[in-house]
Parts: sequence; C-alpha cells; structure tokens
Amino acid sequence: MPELLDKVWIVPAIMALSFLIILFFGKRAGTRATAGIGIAAVSLCLLFSVVVAGQWINRVNNPPTGEKLAQDIVKANGLTPQNAEDVEAEANAATHDSGETAATASGTPTVTPIALELASTGAESAAGATASEEHGSGEHGSVPPVVRTVTWFQMGGISFEAGTLVDGLTAMMLITVCIISLLVHIYSTEYLRGDIRYTHYYAFLSLFTASMLFYVMSSNTLQMLVGWELVGVCSFGLIGHWWEEKKNSDAALKAFLTNRVGDMGLIIGVAITFFAAGANSFNVLHINEYALSGAANTTLLLVGGLCLFGGVTSKSGQFPLHTWLPDAMAGPTPVSALIHAATMVVAGVYLIARLYGVFFAGLGIGSSSLHYVAFIGGFTTIIGGLLAFVQTDLKKVLAYSTISQLGYMVMALGVGAWTAGVFHLFTHAFFKACLFLGAGSVSHACHHTFDMREMGGLRKKMPITHATFLAATLALAGIFPLAGFWSKDEILAGASSGQESAYTLMLVFGLITAFMTAAYMGRAYWMTFWGNYRGHAKPHESPKVITVPLIILAACAVFLGFTNFPTNFFGLKLPGGFTTRFEHYVEPTFAFPPLQHAEFTPWLAIASTVLAAAGFFLVYQYYAKNRGPHGLTGRSGLARAGYGFLENKYYLDTIYTDGIAGATKGPLARASNWVNQNVLDGVVNGVGTVARVSAGFVYKDIDQLVVDGAVNGSGSVSEGAGQFLRRIQTGKVQQYASILFAGAVVLAGVFVFVI
Amino acid sequence: MKDFLNSWGLSLAVFLPLMGALVMFVVPKAREQFHKTVALGTSLVVAFVGILLFANFDYDATGTMQFVVDKSWIPIINSRYIVGMDGISLPLIALTILVVPLCIIYSWNHFPEPRNPKAFLILILILQTGMMGSFVAQDLILFFVFFEVVLLPMYFMIGVWGGEKRQYASLKFFLYTLFGSALMIVSFMTLYFLSDQINVDGTMMHTFDMRLLPELATGISAGAALWIFGGMFMGFGIKVPMFPFHTWLPDAHTQAPTVGSVILAAVLLKLGTYGFIRIAIPILPEAAETWAPFIGVLAVVGIIYGALCCLAQTDMKRLIAFSSVSHMGFVMLGIATLTDFGLNAAVFGMVAHGLITGMLFFIAGSTKDRFHTLDIARLGGMLKQMPHMGWILGFSVMASLGLPGLAGFWGEFPAILSAYNPGGDLNVAFFRVLMVVAAIGTVLAAAYLLWLYQRVAFGVPKAEFEDDPHIHDVSFTEWVAWTPMLVLILVLGVFPNLIFRVTDGAVANVLSAIPGHGG
Repeated sequence: MPELLDKVWIVPAIMALSFLIILFFGKRAGTRATAGIGIAAVSLCLLFSVVVAGQWINRVNNPPTGEKLAQDIVKANGLTPQNAEDVEAEANAATHDSGETAATASGTPTVTPIALELASTGAESAAGATASEEHGSGEHGSVPPVVRTVTWFQMGGISFEAGTLVDGLTAMMLITVCIISLLVHIYSTEYLRGDIRYTHYYAFLSLFTASMLFYVMSSNTLQMLVGWELVGVCSFGLIGHWWEEKKNSDAALKAFLTNRVGDMGLIIGVAITFFAAGANSFNVLHINEYALSGAANTTLLLVGGLCLFGGVTSKSGQFPLHTWLPDAMAGPTPVSALIHAATMVVAGVYLIARLYGVFFAGLGIGSSSLHYVAFIGGFTTIIGGLLAFVQTDLKKVLAYSTISQLGYMVMALGVGAWTAGVFHLFTHAFFKACLFLGAGSVSHACHHTFDMREMGGLRKKMPITHATFLAATLALAGIFPLAGFWSKDEILAGASSGQESAYTLMLVFGLITAFMTAAYMGRAYWMTFWGNYRGHAKPHESPKVITVPLIILAACAVFLGFTNFPTNFFGLKLPGGFTTRFEHYVEPTFAFPPLQHAEFTPWLAIASTVLAAAGFFLVYQYYAKNRGPHGLTGRSGLARAGYGFLENKYYLDTIYTDGIAGATKGPLARASNWVNQNVLDGVVNGVGTVARVSAGFVYKDIDQLVVDGAVNGSGSVSEGAGQFLRRIQTGKVQQYASILFAGAVVLAGVFVFVI
Repeated sequence: MKDFLNSWGLSLAVFLPLMGALVMFVVPKAREQFHKTVALGTSLVVAFVGILLFANFDYDATGTMQFVVDKSWIPIINSRYIVGMDGISLPLIALTILVVPLCIIYSWNHFPEPRNPKAFLILILILQTGMMGSFVAQDLILFFVFFEVVLLPMYFMIGVWGGEKRQYASLKFFLYTLFGSALMIVSFMTLYFLSDQINVDGTMMHTFDMRLLPELATGISAGAALWIFGGMFMGFGIKVPMFPFHTWLPDAHTQAPTVGSVILAAVLLKLGTYGFIRIAIPILPEAAETWAPFIGVLAVVGIIYGALCCLAQTDMKRLIAFSSVSHMGFVMLGIATLTDFGLNAAVFGMVAHGLITGMLFFIAGSTKDRFHTLDIARLGGMLKQMPHMGWILGFSVMASLGLPGLAGFWGEFPAILSAYNPGGDLNVAFFRVLMVVAAIGTVLAAAYLLWLYQRVAFGVPKAEFEDDPHIHDVSFTEWVAWTPMLVLILVLGVFPNLIFRVTDGAVANVLSAIPGHGG
C-alpha cells in the first residue's frame, strides 16, 4: 500500500470531480446515475480515509526518528532549512512537545545546517527520554503530523503555502465525514425520490463533502477559512433546496447571514493570529507553536482567540448566534443529518481543537477555572436543552439538542478536556445522524410531517426505525454502555478535575444537561413512538435503503464508545492496547499544550447516569402515565410566562430579525439613501445650478452685451459653430467650462497664496 | 520578435483600436456586419498583442518598467511619449484587453436603442485606446490626455444609448469627472514646477516623467506636497469613486447601456485607484502618509455607506452600482494602509471587482432585455424561468460577497488583513478600528447581495411574466461573452498567485519610500 498520508488531497479532489460531473452531466445521465456517481465517489473517499487512518495509526506506533523526524518537523511548520533561524526554535518546540521545558533548549539562534541536526537529535533524544514520563504507557513521544504543501501565493516577498495536514484528528474527521456522507447519499436515493431538483441536490452533497474534507485537512488558517465558507455556501444551497417557498429561502438567508456575523470574528481572528505569530505564515502548527512558546503575547492571543470564537459561535450554534440552526431544518432531512448535526456544525469545534494552542494560551485554560469559551459552551448546553422541551416538531427537538451537544463539546475543549470534546464530536456525529435519519424515516411514513402531535404509536408500525431511534436516544442521553455515556462522562470528569483547578460551574452545567437531555429526548421518543397514532397517514416501515443506514448508525451509537475505554473502569483494568485508544491516536503530540488527562471518575459516572435515568423516568410518568402537573401553564402565570419565553426562543429572533436586521435594511438603509439623494447629490446638483445661473449671467449680461457688442461684425462664422455646439449641448458647455474654470481657479489660488 | 515588441508592442496595443475606429469611420453605417467584424477583429488583435507582451514579460523583474518607449513629444515643456508596463499595469491591461472584446461580442445581436452599431463600436474602440493608454503612460501629460480621452466616448455612450434620464446622468458623469481632472492637472503642473530640474541635452528642464519624479519631488516642501496630493486625490478619488464624491456613479450606471456599465465598472473606475498607486503615492509618499488616515476613513465609510444604500435600492442595476462604491472602498482601504499587502490586495481587488461587477452588470442588462424592467419587486423566480442565468447570477453574487475560493475574496481579505498593521508611521490602533468596520462591511455585503438573489432568483415568477415568450435562458452570444469571465473568477480565486506574483514586486517599488511597509 503506497503512503497516502501526504496524498490526502486526492480525497476532496474526488468529491470535487464528482460535483462537477453531476453538475454538468447529471441531468442528462438521469437520477440513478447521478446518485451512483455520488455514492461511488464517497465510497472511494471512505476507502482512502480508512487507509489514511490505518497509516496514521502505524505512524504513531512506529514514530519517525532521526533525520526523518527532523524533516517532518521542518515540513510540518512550513519552514525550509534555508530559513534555519527558525529551526532552532523548532528544536525548542520539538523538545517542548516531548515534555521538556522550552527553557532547556533555548540556545542562540545560529543560522547553520547544524541547527537542523541539533533539532533532529534534540527531538529524538527528548522523545525517547521523556516519553515514559509524559505518557504513562511509554508508547510514543512526539509524532509530528504529516504536512505537505505547495506554494499558494506570494505577498510582501513572503511565499504562502497551501497544503494538507494529516494527524489523528484529521484522520478521525475524514472517516466520520465519509461514513455519514455515504450513508446520507444512500438514504437520499429513497428519501429524495422524485424530487424536482434531484441532480442539484446530489451535486451540492458532493460539493459539501469535498469542502468539508478540504476543511479538515487544511494546513493553514487561510485554507480553513476557504473550506469554512464553502461548507457555508453548501449549507445555504441545501437549506434553500425548496426555494419556491419563501420560508425556506428565508431560512437559508438567515443561516448564511448569521454565519457571516461570526465570520467577521473569524477573519479578524485569522488576521490577529497571523500577525501575532510573526506575520510570515498562516500554518496552524506554526501558530500553535508560537502560542505555546514562552514568548507569546497572551493578550493578543486572548483577543485573537475570542475573535476566532466569534466564528465558532455562529458555525457551531453557540449562544447567542445559535438561532439559525433550528431554522436550517427547512432543508431536506438527510441534509440536516449530514450538515446540521454531524459535520458542518462541528467545524467550529474542530477549529478550537485545531488551534488549541491559541485558545489554551489565550484564555488561560490551564490555569483558569472559568473563562468565556467554557462558560458559553456550558451556557449553550442549557439554553439549547431548555428550548428542546417546547418544540412540537421532531426535527426542531433534534436541532436544539444539537445546539446543546455542541455546547458540550465547546465546554469540554474549554475546560481542557481536549480528547473528551473531540471524542464527543465523534460519537455525537453518529447517534445524532441516526436520530435525524430516523426522524426522516418517520416523516417519510407520515405524509412528510414532523409534527409529533400527529405521530404516536409508531413503534409497532416501524420496528426498525423505532429500535434504531431508541438506541440513538439512549446513546445521546448517555446511558451505559452506549457511545454517549463514555464521551459525556469524560467531559464531566474533565470539568471536575480541570487542569490546575476544577471547572465547577461547567460541571454543574454538564450535569443539568445530562438530566435535561434524557428528559427532552424521552419526551420526543414517547410522543413519536408510544401511545396511539394521532395522524392521518398509514405509517409503514421504510424500505431497506433507509433502514440499513439507520442500523449501521445505531450500531455505531452502541459500540463506538468503547474506542476510548478508560484505563480504570470501576477497578477493571484492561490491557493498555484496549484502553484510551481514541486519545492515544487522535490527541496531537506536536505543537500541543501539555494536558492533564482526567481519570475515570466513578461517582460522576453514577451521578450522570442516575440523572439521565431520572429524566427518562419523570418524562415517562408525565407522558406515558399522564402524571404530574399537566396544564400548569393554564394555572400559573409564572409557568405561562416561562413557557412563552421559551416558545419565543428568548426573543433572540425578534431582536435579530426585527431589531437589528429590520433596522438595518429599513430605517438605516433608507436614511443612507435619503442622505445620498438629498444631501450629497443635493450639493452636486446645487453646484450645477449655481454654475448654470452664473454662466447664464455671464453669457447674457456680459458676453452678449459687452463683448459681443464689440465683435458683432465678425460673428457669422463663430455663430455657425456656436449653433452646432448648442445643438449638441444646449447651454451645457458653459456649465462645464465654468466648473472647470472655477475649480482650477480655486486650486490655483491655493497654490499662489498658501504655498 | 522581442525587439519588435520592445519598440512597438505597447504602442500597438494602445493605438490599434484607434486605427480600427478610423477604418470604421470612413465606411457607411449601413454595413453593420463590416463594422461588427472590424471592431471585434481589432479588439482581438489587441488582445493577441497583449498576450504576446505578457508572454515576453520578465516575471522575475515585475518591479521594472518593461517594453519602455521614450520619445520626444512636446519638447517645449519636456513632456515625452513614454510608455511602459510593470507588474501593476499588467493585470489591468489584461483586464482591459479581455473585457472589450467580450463587450463587443455581447452587443453582437442586441445593440441598445437607437442601435447604430457603427457609432457605438467606434466609441468602444476609442474608449479602449484611452484605457490602455492610461495604464501604460509614464508621463503625466500623456497620462492626463489618455485619462481624458476616456471621458468623451463614455459621455456619448450614456447620453445617446442610455435610459430615460440619460441626459442628466451623462452630463453629471462628465462634469463631475472633469471637475476632478481640473484639480488633477493643476496638481500635475505644480508638481512639474516645484520638482527639481533634470539635464535635457544640456539645458536644465522640469519633467513630467513619472519614473523620475519620485526622486525629483523629494525637495518639495511638506505643505506644498499636501496640496498637490489633495488635487490628485480629487481627480482620482472622484473616478474611484470615493465617498462622498460617488453620486455620479449610481446615475451613470443606471442610465448607461449594459456594455457601458460593464466597461465603466470593469475598467474606468480602476483609473482612479491606479492613479493613486502609480502616481500619487510613489511621487509624494510623505503626503500620502498624511492623507492615508483620511483616505482610510472615507474608504470604510464608503464600504458601510454603499452597502446600506444597496439595501435601500429597488432597482437591480442601481443596487449593483452602489455595491461598486462599497467594493471600491475595500480597494481604497488597501491603498490607504500603505503596505505591500494592502496594495497587492488593491490591485487584485481592482481586477476581481472588474470581472465580478462586470458580470453582474451583464446579467442585469440581460435581465432588462427580457423583462424590460429591473424593478426588484417585479422580478422573481429567475431560477425557475432561466435556470442557467439564475445559477450564473448566484455564482456572481457569491463571488461579489467575497466568498473564499472565488476572486472577490483576494481583494477583500488581504485588505482587511493589511489594516491590522499599516505601514509608515500610521496610527495602528486607528487602522485596526477601520479593519473591524470594514469587516462589518462583509456582513452587509452578504446581506444585500443575498437579499437581492432571494428576491430575483428564488420564489416563483410573477404572474405578469409567467408566460412571457420573450423570456429565454442564456443565449449563445451571452455564453461566449460570459464564460471567460466566469472561468477567470474561479481560476483567480483558486490560484491567486496568478496576480499576486505579478504585482508583489511592483508594489514594493511604489512603497519604497514608506518605512515599514512590509507585512
């Protein structure tokens, strides 16, 4: 098998090709061929991704050493041996990454090839010496990502590069995106059967997959920006898939514009981190290394990190820019599963994970017990979860749940539990995609409605959909031993132990959310699958193309949690080769902060499970047994007010749509236009009028009476010419001449008298 | 070959269109096919000459003037016929030789009323001579002449082939620009008299040579330099157009025939920004530094203000016109930072804006041909009625809002980036504020463009146009005229180095007198 780690660009290229083929030939080729091209392309990508992941695992197991390691380090940072002044810094970084303090290797920056050698030997020995201290298992030291770049453009004499970066995180994302994209491609052949824009739909799916894959393998922030925006465009196109209805195109616009607000932060954040790290490279590893070096300007990193977080806030649906995500459900359901649950919306989380050095150093994640990112993440889990309770639309429940879970991931990264956050990203992608596709299956059976009030009792009519939905629900709620249990638990453990001090508030947020998640998912589950059927369709189980993807995803939701089995689970200690594999292969060891990893915490695992079970139990009592305070909103003003507050989504939409957007495109825009037409243009027209009047005066009263009187005799020729001119211009030549003259006089006067 | 190009290449590229126009002038206007063929043929030959020039251009010395011709012209004032091309003029020349033939192709089957292809095409060719000349002239008087040559054809184009209010619009365009020109020529004169003399065949004389003036103008007092810059600022700033001197633009664009709008947006506006980069900044760097914050403020005010005005428009073409004000604001912001990032972004932005806004005007023109209105409220459902046109509009809109991966991004992002760290002794905090405000402009750009797209392309066609037989999808000539632009928008977006590699060395020269311009 050839080495694919430095050839991953092929993967998005395949999808891009698929996009072009479908776009230009899809209509002629027909629906079957269109879907076939897409499915074949994604399958191929999945195959490549698996190989890439395998080769990465192999690389971690047999890390490069010596000359090879030095070369890889040089490549990784986009630095060539020619500008070797940086190589010395690389030696620092390499040793630093391997667990030594940066100070030990701070020699004098000499520009010699020897520095390179020093770098390699330094890194090598350091890797060997400290591996056992840094990683208890003693399995590996610093494994630099595989980076391959080409020149993208030059500016200011500096050459900027585009390239691919492959490490465990990239490999994990590749696999996740490809699996879910493939299943969605297959599922859509049935779900979108007979759709008016079948070809466009598949074209966009391909383009989205290409962009997303491109994004996760970017080696620099600028390239990430490209991928980031491209997935946004695909999201726009797919949310507005049925654009005949204004509601749908409104949702598409809202999604794009809300994201643009966040992108403002992203653009500025990219600029700040670029300049902070020496203004010569956008390379993410370079920026991370700078951020983690002792010399970093932490204020700048704080500002840069917060700006970047602006982008995260919109893309990953964090408070207060989460409002677009529920509306995005206007798109076809498979799209919601792929883009608005599993992949695109985690782009923000991925951004934090990728530029972790910036966030870690800027926000002081290691030393703090509360900061903006962790707080917003935690806060988002709560506000998203609360809103999920008042939805009657099944997809909206899932959308708010996604917001809440994205908050979980951001919170995890915020408290320093990097692996936990990324692990949750991984598991969540599968069970949430399963839930969305399950919802699609239900809707497919029930006349395309998502209103849970018109469902009920579907568990017998759709046994496979029901079983998979249940598995994914339990996984999401974090019930042992499903996937969500492990990832959620790691986050809680991470919050409770923190780095230097515990993130207590985040822990509380996390526990409350554990309870809420179980409760609102229980509610949705019962309303959909239990009781009596309340709709008017004749529900039936969906065909295999729909159920098989569901089964695969459900299986993932059940088993994927074991990929990061704790080292000590209630005293159960499996051999090293079976525990924390996810952490071992995915967590970076290069240009990455030294993190404390929280141990499995039995009491937290028990507490969160009990809370989740309680959530299910209460909802079961309320909906299935009809106990509890039904009709509370009718009796209590307070409850009514609270319910109204939630129903109106905290009035954020009102503020944004009517307040900010309305004011901008209404009064503010009209005022600008008024100023333009009346003030600025008024001046121009005024000058023109004055010029014409004075020209008329000059002509009539001076030229005709005084001058012309003198030359009247010789006027016949010029009169002819004048007539000609007047025919073209009717008096406008004077105007032009006088303005020209006036302007020249004014400036000439200035030159004569002032200078 | 190389020798021929060195001595004749640029002059050919400049004056061939004029030759073509002369030939057409003597042929009766009834022979429409002849006129169309000659016009297109001429512009294609110019394009061919241009490509030969580009092929022989030394890309390792983009900062040096190449293909220079230096001949005596008006000896009495020592104004000379000097033409040359470096990395800054090259992309703009490329833009010009591309856009003109495409405009002629686009016009092929639908000349605007009152038709008269002969006159229309002659004007386009004269325009081309003016535009090409402006980009290659290296003598201030020569530059001024070409700069003014551009005015008349455009004036007639709007005034004769324009919309209902063409009289007002054309006159406003003409007078407003001339007003700026008047101040500009006074500045040129003052510069001429105040700069040091050079030895010409034994006599000491002043000079208009733009290559020498940066050196010779160093002795001008700071106060005088400020005023001279001010005069140029008016001349170039009106052309750009910068807020608050932009009000001629929406009227001119709205009234101009489609092709006129395209050329106006694609090339004419760039004469202003080009003037800043080629003349004002290198010759008077210290004055530029003093003026830069002021220019920066006007630039970002233009960005925001133009965007807000866009949101208020009910006419598609007028909306696109205002978007030019906003987009040129980014170009001016890049220039105001006095950094090589900013200037690179500015030149890229000029080309990108030329292609993208040119495209948008093409689409607006074609829409008007079919619907006989550009009232946004009456349009709708373009994607349903004309799917290809709808997609092309979508693509252009995305490019215009600065989507990474398409050309518009590379004018916008580096301009914002450069404002983080302005050159010279410019106030860093101040420019960072400008950076943030400019970034807000990107949100507004998305807002007005996508809102336009929603109203025009999404939804279903209005009842009045539902069964209109005149409404057909993109025609053959439209495809031919548009494809190169669409492809370039994408190609430049993916391979920005096609332009940055050319401009990078040259802008460093422009800024050589500004301390700390790098990065």
